[in-house]
Amino acid sequence: MSDFTSGGWSLYVAVLTLVSVIGCAVFLKITSVKRDGAVDKIDTMGHTWDGDLAEYNNPMPKWWMWLFYLTVAFGVVYLILYPGLGSFAGVWGWSSVGQYQAEQQRAEAQYGPIFAKYAQQDLKALSQDPDAHKMGERLFLTYCAQCHGSDARGAKGFPNLTDNDWLYGGEPEKIQESIANGRAGMMPPMGEAIGGEQGVKEVANYVLSLSGANHDAALAAAGKPKFETVCGACHTPAGTGNQTLGAPNLTDKTWLYGGSEKTIVETITKGRNGHMPAHKDMLGDAKVHLLAAYVYSLSQGAAKPAQ
Amino acid sequence: MAEITRLVPQPSPAPTGEVEEALYAVRQKIYPRAVTGVFARWRVFLVLFTQVVFYGAPWLTWGDRQAVLFHLVERKFYIFGLVLWPQDFIWLTGLLIISALSLFLFTAVAGRLWCGYACPQTVYTELFMWIERRIEGDRMKRMKLDQAPWTVHKMLVKSAKQAAWIAVALWTGYTFVGYFTPIKALGTEILTFDLGPWETFWILFYGFATYGNAGHMREQVCKYMCPYARFQSVMFDQDTLVITYDRKRGEPRGSRSKSADRIAQGKGDCVDCGICVQVCPTGIDIRKGLQYECIGCGACIDGCDQVMEKMNYPKGLIRYSTENALAGKYPERTITQHILRPRTAIYGTLLLVVMTAFSVTLAMRTPLRVNVIRDRAALERETSDGLIENVYRLQIMNMADKPRKFALSVAGIDGIRIEHDLKEVELPALGSRVVPIDVAADPANLKGTHTPIRVNVEARDDPGVKVETKSVFLAPAR
Repeated sequence: MSDFTSGGWSLYVAVLTLVSVIGCAVFLKITSVKRDGAVDKIDTMGHTWDGDLAEYNNPMPKWWMWLFYLTVAFGVVYLILYPGLGSFAGVWGWSSVGQYQAEQQRAEAQYGPIFAKYAQQDLKALSQDPDAHKMGERLFLTYCAQCHGSDARGAKGFPNLTDNDWLYGGEPEKIQESIANGRAGMMPPMGEAIGGEQGVKEVANYVLSLSGANHDAALAAAGKPKFETVCGACHTPAGTGNQTLGAPNLTDKTWLYGGSEKTIVETITKGRNGHMPAHKDMLGDAKVHLLAAYVYSLSQGAAKPAQ
Repeated sequence: MAEITRLVPQPSPAPTGEVEEALYAVRQKIYPRAVTGVFARWRVFLVLFTQVVFYGAPWLTWGDRQAVLFHLVERKFYIFGLVLWPQDFIWLTGLLIISALSLFLFTAVAGRLWCGYACPQTVYTELFMWIERRIEGDRMKRMKLDQAPWTVHKMLVKSAKQAAWIAVALWTGYTFVGYFTPIKALGTEILTFDLGPWETFWILFYGFATYGNAGHMREQVCKYMCPYARFQSVMFDQDTLVITYDRKRGEPRGSRSKSADRIAQGKGDCVDCGICVQVCPTGIDIRKGLQYECIGCGACIDGCDQVMEKMNYPKGLIRYSTENALAGKYPERTITQHILRPRTAIYGTLLLVVMTAFSVTLAMRTPLRVNVIRDRAALERETSDGLIENVYRLQIMNMADKPRKFALSVAGIDGIRIEHDLKEVELPALGSRVVPIDVAADPANLKGTHTPIRVNVEARDDPGVKVETKSVFLAPAR
């Protein structure tokens, strides 16, 4: 695909290049012989410096001249084999895209069997395999550490993968599903439905009481019925969460966005929109499989932080 | 002005009466005549010394590895007990600076000592010329052989010489590559025809370069390719010892009988035997004075001294002298007093300073390197206890030859600590590891969003081996 609108430019480039390369050889041939008759006088280059310093025009060795012709010949052969004359693709059809594709094919041939071998293994077994663990770790550091941290302990809005608190389920297959298809952790803004600012404050205190954190008992008592009717739809009336919906368990001490009253009020008022991208298309099933095994191993206690 | 020798073949007149002259000269082959003497002995000694070191060093062992090995794949340079990492590149720079300064110094003192005695081009050319002399014979014999027609005898002799040259060249290529990958393993690979493509390429490349440069190119390298010849004029001054012909003593030149009284005949000491030209490896006539082609090998001195001895004249018609001495500015016997002068003093001082800095810093090198990399995208997090946590990855390089345990600690904020009980890591000998650490601090002790902290890594068995690196602790704005 050419970026030039007219094919004439290609011809222009080709002609200029050929004229220059062959012109060098012609120029060398023309200037390698002198015809002026006077051979006896001492021949200097014609300039003088510092009063009387001159430079003789002594001949260059012939092997230098032949090396020069050799480079011209090399240039011509190169331009036949490789692209260089405008849009002529060269007899060998090399392109940088082609080179990249060849490299990808070589990588696929070299690494494909390894990935295929792991892709067939059961996730729980794979999480114990030290080589698979190392591969998963390297993949994690490349693709996952930007959000979840290089130690996989997460950050505000990005879950901690090393604990046993799972939004969508911690079985290996569920983890693989999360990685492959992504997740949309959407909590709608509930400020209006709950009863405005005061209502949000009451529900927030009730939520705090569920996990045993410091709270205002009066406000919590007022918030309890509101929680059970409105919030219970997703979080269950007891607040234990729903892994099918991805609604968090509010009775534990793990907070994805923060556990202070101020943050919980913000969560209820504005809602949340967590987004885990789908990695299936970008990474392929084999890599997702390895990553799932690795992430699963992190929460099994025996695994150390990423090295 | 001295006469110049044009190297052009004689022009043949064109039919139209125009004269055509080729501006590229066919090279005239040089047949240096063998010579013995003081300087020849020095050159032989240096050839032997440099080549014993070059060919021998890769075969020495240190413990269970090669003693001198610049292992490119492992990215470690081993020089006996010293192990240099890529991070130690500054010492290579220092070595190059020392080499350059010492080159300037001894060139300012005594001219092209490097070229004439130690340069690999000279050394290998001499080696190949020696092989040629042994197989083809001395100067007259070699010239006759080249002019003779191609008989079976000539083919055998020439083939023998080429075979010997190629064998030496290939062994040189093999030795050279053996500095960069273990030489014994390389030898086994060659013998079992299991050589990798790159090893094959480099062995053949260096072999070809040796064969081409020492067998064929020879003085063409010195005359046309090497920049050293061209900038020698800025490294010499009027007190530099150069090989020179004593014009006052030698001219007018001419042959005469040994018993003749040369002074009465009005002749100088030079008998015009031409031996100084015949022995010259670059094919110049030193009687024309200092020339850029002269590599300072001293063969002409040896040659002329022999003739002077035979003629019962004093030696040294061609000798090392300085421009000022020849011009009469001071007597020749006081030449050595002029070695110490501003130029050499400055070079010498600089050299001493750099060499001292080099040795001291190398000897006092801490065998531990630490880099700390803060996690980028995940800036900070709040733990369930309300502490702020940052994640760092420590790259720890144990540069000692034995495994070591290192204690980790952080400082810079009240109560800052490394979480999850990570107090110590162990590293193998000459190993490097990346260790992630979670560093937590109480937000009450933080004074702002960015707080500088220090990470300390200290060897358990030697508190002197420790490194402190700096980083930043981030916290959310309050």
